Amino acid sequence: MANVTVGIADLNVVKSPDALITYALGSCVGICLYDAEKKIAGMAHIMLPLSKEAAQGVDNKRRYADTGIMELIQTMNLQGASTSRLTAKIAGGAQMFSVNSAVFNIGERNVAAVKRILAAYKIRIVAEETGSNFGRTVLFHADTGMMEVRAATKETKFV
Amino acid sequence: MAIQNVEQLQDMHLDVLKEIGNIGSGNAASALSELLQCETDITVPSVKMLDFDEAVNFLGGPENIAIGMLVGIKGDINGMMLYVLQQSFASKMTSTLFGSEIEDLTNMNEMETSFISEVGNIMAASYMNALASLTGMMIDISVPVMTVDMVGAILSVPAVEFAQVGNKVLFIDDSFIIGSGEIKSNMILVPEMQSLETLFTRLGVSV
Repeated sequence: MANVTVGIADLNVVKSPDALITYALGSCVGICLYDAEKKIAGMAHIMLPLSKEAAQGVDNKRRYADTGIMELIQTMNLQGASTSRLTAKIAGGAQMFSVNSAVFNIGERNVAAVKRILAAYKIRIVAEETGSNFGRTVLFHADTGMMEVRAATKETKFV
Repeated sequence: MAIQNVEQLQDMHLDVLKEIGNIGSGNAASALSELLQCETDITVPSVKMLDFDEAVNFLGGPENIAIGMLVGIKGDINGMMLYVLQQSFASKMTSTLFGSEIEDLTNMNEMETSFISEVGNIMAASYMNALASLTGMMIDISVPVMTVDMVGAILSVPAVEFAQVGNKVLFIDDSFIIGSGEIKSNMILVPEMQSLETLFTRLGVSV
């Protein structure tokens, strides 16, 4: 079994028995998609809500919730998954600093965008560890579809 | 040419930022020296442009626990500054002042927290005063907000802001010499691109 890393503004897909890991999500959101029948797991680590909000053109589609999720689904389907079987678990979208401004509620906006986009693909969210004010490391196991969420001062959660 | 992206900055621009960093760090060292009642010196800071991953690795990796202090900048230039202080830095400060070491950043007491926050305030003010006096600009800074968490999560805050203008962060790496020990302090500067242009124009550097 291998742990395959997903960097910031990146995505990856693995099959059982491998797992995906992304480190220290702050305001970013980790989207874990799972095809239970084929035991195919995919993860995207997005930073911003919508690609159309990009100031100077989109140079990395994986940075945005809309284009990132689309590419993740396409990549999974190429490996044998089917959109209609996918379920989602999401984590992150924290507000790391308690300041009231548009820049700082980006986590909340990211989560909202992810939910809207998953709904558009009719992908059900079966677990969610989002919001609050702390960073999260997320492991996603392709054999079980289990999402493991680690934080600096919290107990590890398995959802 | 307008600056739209930090990656367009050349060595000349980085040298200017380095000089500002240098003066700011000098101010910070004298302020810290007064606060700590202990001789404090500073080596020449280095200013780099780093990728997000490089910056995270430089700060001990994504899951390393550190203190992040965020300061908003407003006035003739706008943006934010993020200080990242490691456990060794915080512990050196508290042991110099109160004789107590900080072993676990997630477990600081109220006095330690407020002291470290004050240090952040002093550092931010030192840099911004250097910048204001060099350029004659009006610059206001907000009271720092602090968090203790994974470096990767702390850095996602400037990274998101930077993502809209480029892939790299402006990273200032300082070494303070406090008493007999050398400790690192790191600052990430996130100016709005328009502000960088204003800054360089004020200093007579072509953009």
